Amino acid sequence: MRFFTTLKMALRALRRNTMRSILTALGIIIGVAAVIAMVSIGNGAKAQVQAAIASMGDNLVLVYPGNQSTGGGVRGGAGGATTLLPADAEAVVSNYQESTTPEDNSVIGVSPYVQGRAQVLANGLNWPTQVYGVGPDFPSIRSWRVSDGVFFDDPEVTASAKVAVVGKTIIDNLFPDLEPSQVIGQSIRLFSQGGGGNGANNYGGGGTGGGTPFRIIGVMAPKGFTSNQDQDDVIYIPYTSHMKRISRRTNLSQIYIQAKDEDSVAKVKADVSDLLTQRHSGNTDFTVQDQADITALRTASTDAMTYLLGAIAGVSLVVGGIGIMNIMLVSVTERTREIGIRLALGAHGKDVLTQFLIEAIALSSLGGLVGVALGIGGSIALGNYKGWPVEPSTAAMVIAVGFSAAVGVFFGYYPARKAAQLDPIEALRYE
Amino acid sequence: MPPIVKIEDLHKIYDSGEVPVHAVRGVSLDIHQKEFLALMGASGSGKSTLMNTLGCLDRPTRGRYLLDGVDVAQLDKNELADIRNQKLGFVFQGFNLLSRTTALENVELPMLYGKRKMSSKQMRERAMHCLEIVGLAKRFDHMPNQLSGGQQQRVAIARALVNEPQVLLADEPTGNLDSKTSIEVMGVFQKLNEQGITIVMVTHELDVAHYCKRNLILRDGVIVRDELVQDRSIAEIELAKLKEAETAAKLLAAGSPAH
Repeated sequence: MRFFTTLKMALRALRRNTMRSILTALGIIIGVAAVIAMVSIGNGAKAQVQAAIASMGDNLVLVYPGNQSTGGGVRGGAGGATTLLPADAEAVVSNYQESTTPEDNSVIGVSPYVQGRAQVLANGLNWPTQVYGVGPDFPSIRSWRVSDGVFFDDPEVTASAKVAVVGKTIIDNLFPDLEPSQVIGQSIRLFSQGGGGNGANNYGGGGTGGGTPFRIIGVMAPKGFTSNQDQDDVIYIPYTSHMKRISRRTNLSQIYIQAKDEDSVAKVKADVSDLLTQRHSGNTDFTVQDQADITALRTASTDAMTYLLGAIAGVSLVVGGIGIMNIMLVSVTERTREIGIRLALGAHGKDVLTQFLIEAIALSSLGGLVGVALGIGGSIALGNYKGWPVEPSTAAMVIAVGFSAAVGVFFGYYPARKAAQLDPIEALRYE
Repeated sequence: MPPIVKIEDLHKIYDSGEVPVHAVRGVSLDIHQKEFLALMGASGSGKSTLMNTLGCLDRPTRGRYLLDGVDVAQLDKNELADIRNQKLGFVFQGFNLLSRTTALENVELPMLYGKRKMSSKQMRERAMHCLEIVGLAKRFDHMPNQLSGGQQQRVAIARALVNEPQVLLADEPTGNLDSKTSIEVMGVFQKLNEQGITIVMVTHELDVAHYCKRNLILRDGVIVRDELVQDRSIAEIELAKLKEAETAAKLLAAGSPAH
């Protein structure tokens, strides 16, 4: 018998019991929708992490204190160990400056990095923010432009100058009436709130009003949000000033190093690792990572979550398949007489088998298609509502629909074979 | 001319129960082309078993059954299905139409399982032609539940005819019909028989059997009587008589003022 005729017959049989067909397919619909939604959201989260890491800059090599190579992920801030010192960063700088020609040099930028939260006061307003202590290379390493004014230079770092470069959000909150260009020269006062190092408060550190006064010399170009974080809610000051005047600590949170190109990243990693091991008298009490390492670490948990939820969704697909098998068995019993008529009129067992199998496959595939639509719609809706990025995967859709069709074959075969093996005389007599 | 159905010493024993049931015990029978045969007998006489065997739904335990020269006892399940499809037409007591399927599609059904490849247009034309033969062409798009019993049985007859079978088998075709509709259906059979189709039907109604050309009576699995019908009923005449009687009854009713 022709495939198209069989398909038409199957669809008609499904339409005959619309409610029952919908309820039966619901298991598959929910399973597939769950898979698609999970993968979409998982992919979105992963893409977001990757974008965030890519936005850190190109060809970065990062050094963290403490040995973190044994899994567990990178802890933001890495404040746990205190083994990384400004001298280490200087050693890296001098190491590459000793190279004779710029062509030989695989490192094009180094910046120490100290992190801490602070309450910032200005203009009668105050605002909690992140204050980072970095070096002059930092904007070029992060490929981040200064839109107004200038970034601090080496002499200012050496002098632990009280100068600051602020993000757009800081201006919006402290100088709501001023344009970015107008805040240059304005003074802000920083109160440390800890967040690393000894975290001591710094009241009365300088000036009469408490806190440490810093002069704004530049404004960073607005960057917007990444990973749900406002990238412009930052203040950069020289790392020396941060350590001396704000956080009162002696160790660094990180060292940022930029390699010349992608090919030299591995060499820089190895060089820095060797240099620091030597400096730390053989202890690898630090971790050197490039962006690929960080991406892998940060997406590992997302991946694990996606697989786990995918497995749960897969179980619901199997449950949906059992539902289909159940209804197909009922359907075969209900339609025993119809099967008898078909067999008496010359249908082969194979024809009946095909008919019921196609019915099961149609049921599960339609369920799969509806599930894909629901999954995409649902994940987009959830993404909009929660502000999560969503990235539907074509591969996941194809696999989900294919898998649901396979569920139809697997769970439809037994009832269909039961139908095909009926004895026509018995089936015709069935009431 | 060789007989279209030739049965030699046919036995059927059912082994499924505790005691084997010997349903058919040595039936020999020749049916020639253009015959119109009624198979009669009380329940348990073996007529249904014989009918199932004739219809290639069941295989004999012993004996030979040649249908159009082919020994059916040797065929496997699928070959039997093809024989049913190509050489036999079935009409059942309970009509056995597919519900919620139009008359036309019901008639097309045997062609779906046929070996000949036909376009859906050809199938449709053939099915319409068969519905015309039974006088239901106008109702081709009706569902079975929109048709009367007699009409449903006529659709079933059209379905049985659609693959141009050698033999039309009817199992109590009038069993679910009132007497007038029964006569109408028998009229259809007589017309088909006149056109040269061989018909074998099972019935337990003597007056229905009287429309056939040959009556066979079975008892305890053997043929006890095999005779040609004398003074055969003709459906057209019987219908005319019935109509006359009805008209007379109506006149009578109209004539009596008491009603």
